[in-house]
Amino acid sequence: MKPPRFHYHDPETVPEVVGLLKTLPNARMLAGGQSLMPMLNMRLVLPDHLIDLNRVEGLSYIRERDGVLEVGAMARQREIEFAASVRERCPLMHEAILQVGHRQTRNRGTLGGSLCQLDPSAELVSVAAALDATVAVAGPKGTREIPFSEFPKTYMTPAIAADELVTGVRFPLWGKPHGWAFVEFARRHGDFAIVSAAALLEEDGAGKIKRASVTLGGVGPAPVRVKELEKALIGETVSEKRLRDACEVCRKIEAMQDVHAPSSYRQHLATVLSRRALEKAHARIGGGRG
Amino acid sequence: MAESRNIAVTVNGKRHEQRVEVRLTLADFLRQQLGLTGTHLGCEHGVCGACTVLLDGQSARSCLMLAVQANEHEIATVEGLAPSPDTLHPLQEAFRDNHGLQCGFCTPGILMTLVEFLRDHPDPTEDEVRVAISGNLCRCTGYQGIVAAALDAAKRMRKGG
Repeated sequence: MKPPRFHYHDPETVPEVVGLLKTLPNARMLAGGQSLMPMLNMRLVLPDHLIDLNRVEGLSYIRERDGVLEVGAMARQREIEFAASVRERCPLMHEAILQVGHRQTRNRGTLGGSLCQLDPSAELVSVAAALDATVAVAGPKGTREIPFSEFPKTYMTPAIAADELVTGVRFPLWGKPHGWAFVEFARRHGDFAIVSAAALLEEDGAGKIKRASVTLGGVGPAPVRVKELEKALIGETVSEKRLRDACEVCRKIEAMQDVHAPSSYRQHLATVLSRRALEKAHARIGGGRG
Repeated sequence: MAESRNIAVTVNGKRHEQRVEVRLTLADFLRQQLGLTGTHLGCEHGVCGACTVLLDGQSARSCLMLAVQANEHEIATVEGLAPSPDTLHPLQEAFRDNHGLQCGFCTPGILMTLVEFLRDHPDPTEDEVRVAISGNLCRCTGYQGIVAAALDAAKRMRKGG
């Protein structure tokens, strides 16, 4: 028997989950299980109670409303991959999700699970940062919304209380036409990225950048929005040299180091990948599917 | 006393009612409680893909699910592929003919992955096949035979077996 002993709960409503979280000590929530189950199998976590969210109703929606993509916490990555609304209106997320794990893990993995696991190189975490998403959270006092910039508390730790759960995420959509790109460097397809870059660009009628979003994953403890780079691009006409110069700021970002790569290599990847993402995004402005 | 529950699971079309410990993984349930040892366990943390089964028709790692979560769901394992004891599934035929396996450890997971993939993509390109099996590790074949087998199987299945 691999996982440690725990008590198992499979509530069917959000209030039931909140009630359990409020009363049960040392409880963990189980969403798609693609991160928590390995940790249980290896006994890296030892919860006394496991609250399975897979039978909770009303958390699996994917819908577009008033220029906002709303996705339920238990929407599977696979459902996001194949949702026409995501493909059409949020191509950044579509491109990112194809790089999340593999078919077998996307069939089970969920949006809420990815965001709460909050791996610094997870694609959906970067997408949430890139789009200035808002996370809806339910707790004993009702619901509240957290801007994604305040969602990561620290490394792999979301800013939600022990008796709260994420119920859904709102992604404000960019107007059309806009350019987008999600690029990453991983040792093998489907592996966690060492560094990833998400870029969004919008131009004015004169071909100058009027809005930019650049997000780096795998560099800091949480996704890094490169505000300095975003600001530098506003009002610019994009050229290869201009992007190459502008992206040099990424070389100065304080980058983490671990067994996979030293910080200098992450800074190098951040500089190269942010340029590639911006080039790709720029080429797609105007509706090209690239 | 460890917590346990009664579950009812349909595996390869047959309904099983069993009592399981709540911490039992689906993979261990299939292998140890139902005796269906065709589903292999390599890494047990979701990396190797050997334990891939179909859950309601979709491929999933059975080491990353609890047996209790399969309650009232349908599971398909490699044992259910062949239509009869002396006839192989066209995908299995293609693996045999194209040297798609050597030791065979990874094969059940790859077959179940490809069953879903070829159902959804009956006429795939080589690149699409390579992406489809990217979540399955094989240490013998170098993948060439597996890719060839998948493409050959797609052709056979389009012709109707």
